[in-house]
Amino acid sequence: MFFSKLASPKKLNAKGIMGMNQRNINYIGKYNNRNKYPLVDNKLKTKMIAEKYGANVPELIGVIESQSQVKNIHNMVENEGGFVIKPSQGSGGKGILVITSHNNGSYVKPSGQIISLKDVERHITNTLAGLFSLGGKNDVAMIEKIISFDDTFNNYSYEGVPDVRVIIFQGYPVMAMVRLSTAESDGKANLHQGAIGVGIDIATGKAVKGVQFNTPVLTHPDTNQILNQLSIPNWNELLYIASSAWEMTGLGYLGADMVLDKERGPMVLELNARPGLAIQIANGAGLLPRLRFIEHKGYDFEHKSIKERVAWSQEHFRHN
Amino acid sequence: MISRTPFYIFILFLIIIGISLTWLRHNLYGVPLLPNTDSDLWDIEAKVELIADGGPTKVILNIPQQQKNYTIIDESTSSPGFGSSFSVDKENNNKTVEWNTREASKKQVLYYKVQILADPYAIHPSQPKPQDNFPEVNFEGVEKNAAQELIDSAQKFSSDPTSLARELIKLLNEKSNQSASLLLKNHSKPKLLTDLLSLSNVHAHIIGVLALEDGRRNQSVVPMLEVWNNSSWQLLDIQTGDLGKPNNYLIWNNANQSLLDVIGGHSSNVSFSMISRDISASNATQLKVKSDNLLNFSIHSLPIEEQTMFKTILLVPIGALLVVFLRLIIGIKTSGTFMPVLIALAFVQTTLLVGVIGFLLLVGTGLIIRSYLSKLNLLLVARISSVIIIVIMIMALFTIVAYKVGLVEGLSISYFPMIILSWTIERMSILWEEEGSKEVLIQGGGSLFTAILVYLAMTNEYVRYLTFNFIGSQFIILAIILILGNYTGYRLSELKRFNHLIKGD
Repeated sequence: MFFSKLASPKKLNAKGIMGMNQRNINYIGKYNNRNKYPLVDNKLKTKMIAEKYGANVPELIGVIESQSQVKNIHNMVENEGGFVIKPSQGSGGKGILVITSHNNGSYVKPSGQIISLKDVERHITNTLAGLFSLGGKNDVAMIEKIISFDDTFNNYSYEGVPDVRVIIFQGYPVMAMVRLSTAESDGKANLHQGAIGVGIDIATGKAVKGVQFNTPVLTHPDTNQILNQLSIPNWNELLYIASSAWEMTGLGYLGADMVLDKERGPMVLELNARPGLAIQIANGAGLLPRLRFIEHKGYDFEHKSIKERVAWSQEHFRHN
Repeated sequence: MISRTPFYIFILFLIIIGISLTWLRHNLYGVPLLPNTDSDLWDIEAKVELIADGGPTKVILNIPQQQKNYTIIDESTSSPGFGSSFSVDKENNNKTVEWNTREASKKQVLYYKVQILADPYAIHPSQPKPQDNFPEVNFEGVEKNAAQELIDSAQKFSSDPTSLARELIKLLNEKSNQSASLLLKNHSKPKLLTDLLSLSNVHAHIIGVLALEDGRRNQSVVPMLEVWNNSSWQLLDIQTGDLGKPNNYLIWNNANQSLLDVIGGHSSNVSFSMISRDISASNATQLKVKSDNLLNFSIHSLPIEEQTMFKTILLVPIGALLVVFLRLIIGIKTSGTFMPVLIALAFVQTTLLVGVIGFLLLVGTGLIIRSYLSKLNLLLVARISSVIIIVIMIMALFTIVAYKVGLVEGLSISYFPMIILSWTIERMSILWEEEGSKEVLIQGGGSLFTAILVYLAMTNEYVRYLTFNFIGSQFIILAIILILGNYTGYRLSELKRFNHLIKGD
């Protein structure tokens, strides 16, 4: 039966699952001032402001702004190991090219696939033309040092970089998950393409449950690693940095995408003013009760320190 | 956060305005709330355009008279700078409107507007009997022989004036007939027909008819042949020889009078727009009485050409409402917010089946070509522009193929908005590269599905009737859209998406 595949709205509501319309009207529309969007939509700006607030960010090798500079890429990365090319105004992970190593005119992708100089140049040309940016605006290409991600994630991800998404509401961390790429998702961290989402307990940084394509999974399909053994190192530090995104941007409702570098610890990869709702599926819990809890507490947010806010969240949003 | 109260008051206000305007039109103007196909009121507008020479200008336009099946309810002219008068020439069974001015230059546009009621009981004057004498017709030399040959062979297969006329039409239609092609080289078909009939001592003349079809613009008068069959006048189609007046034909100008005469101007042209409304005869007269009323600030006070345009434009809000509903309540993914509405507008022009097939063909072919273009590594603007040009070429190709194969419906493919198609192809191909073919199917299918639903709504008889006749309906649609924009509940698609979350409970 078709209807047996549908949840009853009443039950969803009782569990506090947030829907798209609810998110758009009551959270994004209400708490996110549109004039602050450019700050998060432009990764170059995000990087600058994050650095200003003392948060770690992936190191910038250089920026390519015009077609005539495209060929400079080879000189730029000459002495680098791996690097990442990304559009400054891309969204949803579009247009990110990861190169793990290179050798005299051939570049190696995480999958082991070798691409040529021309392929890399073409990718940058497309980026400049706005192929990956919102609304096809002209864009610039950022070249960043590759993240050597923490050993914790060995065996948890296939090809791609696992990232930690934390939803921050009024400066309070509300819910978190890790996104692990799979062979099926083609190394991408997008859940609807087949990446695995693992809910993370705000209090401890430990895995809650894993889902792929909305269905619970216990192990990573490519590495067979048991998912609920996952525990994020430096969890508190990560939450501090993520929560500081509120001070950085002034956005009341946002998603902070974090990565863990082996040497430099947690760093801000990207901020998102319209974070998706899949995090609820990964956590098996609705966002609404937590958001409303904060809304109704009527805190004097301005005067709470980051540490106080994180501690408050860890106390109240502990996973049972 | 601003207070929502004024917003709800505004919505309430919109609904009240919408309902009162509807009530007003229904009660005051007697417009029925549901379409009533029994009585059609036609608004027909003749638009005369000309370039005046700078001096005195006189324009004479032949206009329709009371006739079988049609009652003329109202007629008027609109012609800034011109004086106008109607005159009836009983002898020649002819009615004209004449515009005069002392001085006119540059382009002039004159309107004649007539309101007629489809009325089987229409009182109409009987048509005068033909005069005894025949107009003089002289064919010279070879033409004389050719004419005689045509008349002789037509007479062989006919018994009365009507059948003679029909045979002559048949002969003139034969491409292999040398006499016919010889005569047609120097004479127009209508004139030739009347001349040949006069030579055979049959009274005949050409009249102009207008095919009434709702919402048409830029129509022209079609010539038809009228033949005196010893007791009555019979109408014949000049192209096919079919007998009788089709139901939806209005005789515009009688006798052999020219449709339009212009003195003191050049490059003149007359075109017709028409629109039908469902209304009863008594209401029509009432409407006429109140037509000067200030409250009558409806679409119907516009020139008919604009009205027919608005008839389509007023359907767009219905499309928008459907899109809002499908996206916010159902959760269907479409590529672009209002692309489905534009595609549906194209479907209205092409009819659904042809539209869907044409859309799939164009977008499919476009995607294949676009995937080649993306390998060429072009800059984005150049690439979209090339896609536009290629879409035009594909359209031309399909139209030609359809024409050669004899599919007339295929010709309407050109109604598709090119820019929209190009954007669709561009977005779809980026989507394909980024997210794979599955997402393209979801979004493309969603758009097509939405477009089909919008098309069905836009072509619905009741929807068309209500949106056009009751401007109040637009306020109500706006109110509903605003209310939907306020909906914070779950979308239907989310009930499926989050289903796993409550399974264990």
